[in-house]
Formats: sequence, structure tokens, C-alpha cells
Amino acid sequence: MNQNQNKLKASVTLLRIFIGWHFLFEGVVKMYNPEWTSFGYLASAQGPFEWFFTMLIGDTTIGWIDTMNIIALMIVGVTFTLGIFERIGAFVGIGLLALYFLAHPPFPGLAQINVEGNYWLINKNLIELVACIVIYQFPTGSYFGLDYLRKTNLKLKSNEMD
Amino acid sequence: MKWTRRDLLIGLGGLPILGAVWWAGAATSVNSRKKRSEILEQLNIKPSLPPAVPGIGGDPVRIGVIGFGIRGEQLTRALGFATDEWKEEMRLAAKEDPNNKRLEDFEAQERLNVKLTGICDIFDVRAEKFINSFSTDDNKIKRYLNYKDMIKSGDVDAVVIATPDHWHAPMSIEALSNNVHVYVEKPMTHTVEETYALRDAAEKSEAVFAVGHQHRQTLSFSTARDIVEKGTLGHVSLIQTNTNRNDDNGAWNYDIHEKASPETIDWEQFLGPAPKVPFNKNHFFRWRKWWAYGSGLSGDLLTHDYDRLNCVLNMGIPASVSASGGIYTHNDGRNVPDVIQVNMEFPEFSTGSSQAKGKEKGMTFCYSATLGNGFNRPTILMGHDATMELGNRLTVWPDSASTRYADLLEAGKMKPNVPIYQYDPVAGSTDVVSSATSQYFADKGLMWTYIDGVRVDATFLHMREWLSVIKNGGNVSCGIKEGFDEAISAHMAGLSWKLGRKIEWDATNQTLKPIEGIDFDQVLLANGNWNIQPEMVDEVS
Repeated sequence: MNQNQNKLKASVTLLRIFIGWHFLFEGVVKMYNPEWTSFGYLASAQGPFEWFFTMLIGDTTIGWIDTMNIIALMIVGVTFTLGIFERIGAFVGIGLLALYFLAHPPFPGLAQINVEGNYWLINKNLIELVACIVIYQFPTGSYFGLDYLRKTNLKLKSNEMD
Repeated sequence: MKWTRRDLLIGLGGLPILGAVWWAGAATSVNSRKKRSEILEQLNIKPSLPPAVPGIGGDPVRIGVIGFGIRGEQLTRALGFATDEWKEEMRLAAKEDPNNKRLEDFEAQERLNVKLTGICDIFDVRAEKFINSFSTDDNKIKRYLNYKDMIKSGDVDAVVIATPDHWHAPMSIEALSNNVHVYVEKPMTHTVEETYALRDAAEKSEAVFAVGHQHRQTLSFSTARDIVEKGTLGHVSLIQTNTNRNDDNGAWNYDIHEKASPETIDWEQFLGPAPKVPFNKNHFFRWRKWWAYGSGLSGDLLTHDYDRLNCVLNMGIPASVSASGGIYTHNDGRNVPDVIQVNMEFPEFSTGSSQAKGKEKGMTFCYSATLGNGFNRPTILMGHDATMELGNRLTVWPDSASTRYADLLEAGKMKPNVPIYQYDPVAGSTDVVSSATSQYFADKGLMWTYIDGVRVDATFLHMREWLSVIKNGGNVSCGIKEGFDEAISAHMAGLSWKLGRKIEWDATNQTLKPIEGIDFDQVLLANGNWNIQPEMVDEVS
């Protein structure tokens, strides 16, 4: 049982780090490119929430949207790779991926713009979103990550007090 | 409290990953930016800014409008006056589709210092519409039954001419001879002879003469000129430009007004110098379909593309023109072709060369048009070093065999399928396209729909420039020289189609090379193909 538990922890940790890696890279690339904008992505939104996404591309809003997107990507990336406050990271990641999914949903009847495969209802955004739910439900930072140090620290402190 | 080495390994194991990913991401971004700025620096292209036009001060320019049809209404709107009917129509259109911002754009348009004082339209309904919409208690607009009366009235400083083609030159010449400023629609003239007569009149007159090629105001074209002048494309040997339309409006089958009759239309005046035929609504509203009043694809739409390129390259009149085509999509009694291919030769022209001196010289301008298909074929300038797509947006791709970019291509800093320069005048930003994604969005025209809402009307800019020159002096961007080039080139294309042979230009003597036994203007005005001579059809009366 314990061994199975360890295998599971190791697997979820790997999942967490890879997702963190993915988000962090996306965030950093955008952060270091001042010309980057989500304009095209939002302007071409499709499906039932098209109105919402096209509302975001106004001159005054687009700058904020771009900055918020980068910050959110970085939060997920940093918390997942370092293994601390990963439930906050997972929560942000779920929100972000839900927005990406709804902006270009793989619904029948909608043109699939700029995708590398074939999807019906479920796409990689949604799968990554579910992976974030797993990470939310099964935090591994205390198994591998900064959270381990925080927890050990707390434990040591409480031991000292005894 | 002490950490063991094992504790640190478990606790801080994520840090090197974070560091590595961060470094890789930053390096990727910074490097690709560096690469792009290196290319941009080398190209040194200056995106054009909107020209600063001196204000139109003093008393308002008193304007008379001749011809208040489809284009006449558009020009009047560019001057700042929209009919109540149009406003209502646009209000409803905006209600139905919130993306329709035409009324909003119109209302946001800068006010010009002009006063409408006269209207001359031979169709009562249109003249009355003009007066009902724009006449006020302070400014009573007068209707003139004849353009000469308006020009000589002393009540107009300038006229806007938006009539059928066969009236462009007679009206312009009359106005210029009376020192009344002229804004005339394209094509500038209807015959070769008129083109010379109008040039004389414009040169002698003190009035300002402008031809309505409003795209001369388009910023991407002045930027394109900079791109070509900097040798970015190398020697351009071929230009491909096209018209593709596939609807009634595009095929000039405009609506016929229910109130049209010999009582409401001055038919004799419409015909003017044209062959005398009985009253015919089809001819009146759809005049672009007959050589007697219009000039078909060569005068109507080729002129747009020719002048667009002449504005970028300043290549002038072609040494020779050959054209072919026919009536293949709208066999409805018209006698102008609805499919045409025009090849214009410029054997002495060059945009500069990156290769051995003398190796490259000469260019073909190829115009291809159909009124039976609406697929969007872009305008392409094909040079030895690069290819440019010319539109509201510009895109430049390096050529894989370019001499100028050989080193950069070799080093992988440029790729033949990746644009090295892209320009979008409305987004106000220049950028080398960095990804297939942005390229895709741009190609799809997705950027356009949004940008459309804030785009300034080029016709407004063109008329503002004309009015500013009237008040402050200076030069209009499409005056008599540009109009002369445009008109002669268009007539050469029309003649070539009609005669089924090559038409040549004698640049030294500034004349068409004569063909024995042929009177060019007689051919140009004649109906249909010179060799075939179809009957003039009067199916709607």
C-alpha cells in the first residue's frame, strides 16, 4: 500500500512539474516579448462565448488582459515547479484553461483554427485542466518541493515547543 | 533547526527546473527579437504617417455637385453631408449588426470648411433628394438643369463630378476654363483626344484639378513606395493584380429607380455626345455596361490597380499593351467585357538591381479580372530579392534565390516562407511576423473586421487634400499628370481588347503609335469588339 502510494506521489509530482514547466515557459516567453498580445487569439474566438472574448479586445482592456494572462501563467508555473502553494496554482490554472477552452471550443460545426490535431468536444486544454484538478486534489509539494521544507520546519518548531 | 542534505534536495529540487525553463524562455524571446530587429534595421523601412494637411481656412469653399448617384452620394458624405435616407438605413443596419460602424464613423469624421451651394443632376429624384437633405434656411441650395449654368453661375468655387465617364472631360474642361476647381471621378476621360484636351485645360487653368483615386491616401502605399525605393524587393519583373467580383452590384447591374421615366430624366442631356438611342432605363442606371458611356473593366477597375501601382512605382505609361477577354459571365446585352486580361509592358523600367549591372531590366504589369468569381487574389510584386503583397496591409517575403539576402538566408536568419516585414497601418505597429499563428490570423482577415471600425475613409482624406490645396496651394497627389498616365493606359487596354492587337506608346512624342486605317477614338466609342460589332440591345425600356 505504502509503495503504491509512493508511486502515485511520484507520478503526480512528475505531472505537476511538467505542467508547471509548460505554463512557466509560456509565461516567460510572453513576458520577455513586449510585442506579444492576445489580440488575435481573442479576436478570433468562436462559440457561445465569442461575445465575451471579443469584448476584451478594446484599446483600454487589451493591455490589462495581456498582463493578467502573463501573471496567471507565471503563478501556475512557479507554484507547480517549486512545489509550494500549488492548490492556489491549480485553481488559477483551472480558470485559465477553462477560458482557453471556451474561447476556441472544439465543438462540432466550429472551424478549428490553428490546431495540430483532430478534436471532438475534448481537447488538450480540457485534459490539462483535468490534470490541474488532480493536482488540486493531490498536492505533492510536501513530497517533493518547497512545501516539504515548510512542513518540516513547522514540525520541527512544534517539536521544539513540546 | 537544521536541514539535512536530503531535506534540501527534496525541498529545492524544483528550483533548477524553474531556473532552466526561465532561462530558456527568456533566451528564446530575446533571441528572436534580436533577429527580427537585425532584419528590420537592415531593411530600414519607414512606415508612413498620415500627411499633415494645412487647414482649410477662410470662407468655406462653395461646392457644386454634378451627379448624385451612388458615387456622388459617397463623395458628398466624404465632404460631411449624408442624406437622411442613408442615415436611417445605417441606423437600422447598426441595430441589426453592431459591427456596422458606418454611421458612427461618418459622425466622427472631421468637419470640412465647405458649403454645398448647387446640385446638377438630370434625374429629378436625385436632385430633389440632395436639396431636401442639405438645403437649410441659411443656405438655400440651387438646382441647375445644366452643368454649364452651374459652373458659370459664380456661386460655386469648385465642382465634384461623379457622372458617367463620357461626361468627365467635357465638364472638367468647362469648369477649368472658368477657373472653377475640379474633383473628377476616374477614369479621367472617355477618349484619347479628350485626354490631351483636358491636360491642356488643366495646365492653362488657375483652378486645382484632382482625379478621384482616393487610394493615393492609403498609408500602406506610401510605405510600399519606401520599401521599393530601398531596394527591398530587388528588380521587380512582374506585377500581378486582379479584380474578382461575383455579384450583381459588382457586375454593374444597379437598381433601376421606380420613378425613372422620360418625364423625370433629361435623356438628351444624358446622351450628350453618345449615339442617339431612345430612352432606356437600363442604359441610364447601368451605364457602365456600354462603351458609349462607360469604359468597362479597363476604365472602371483596371484604373484603380494601375494607379495604385503607379503611385508606388511611378512607372508611367506602358510602352505597349495587349489585352484579351470577352463577355463570359454576364451575357445580358452589355458590350463591355466582363473577363479581361491586360498585359502592360515596361521594357525600360527597373526598381533597382542587386545583381550584375545590366542583367535585369524591364517589367510586365499583368491585370486579370473576372466578374464571375469572387475569390480574393492579392496584388503581388515579384522581385528578384523579395515578393510583396500589396493591400491595406503589406507583407514582404524574401526569395529563396535572392542575391541581397543570400547571407541571411544561408545563416537561417531569414526563411523564404516567413515574412521579413509586415505593415498594418491601422494597428500602428510594424512587426516582422514571428509565428505561423499571427500570419494565419492576418491572412484570414480577422484583424480587418475589427480594424474596419476605426479606419478613416480614404475618400475623405483625398477630398480634404484637394480642398487644402485650393486654399493653401501646393500639389494634389492625383492631379493631371497622374490622371493623364491613368487615362492613356486605360484607353490602350480598351483599344487592345477591341482591336485584338498590341497598342504601342511613343514616349518621345507622347502619342499612341498610329495604326493605319484606324481612328482610335472611333474604335473606343464604338460598341463592343471592333471586329464583332454586336447590336446595341434595348431589352429594358
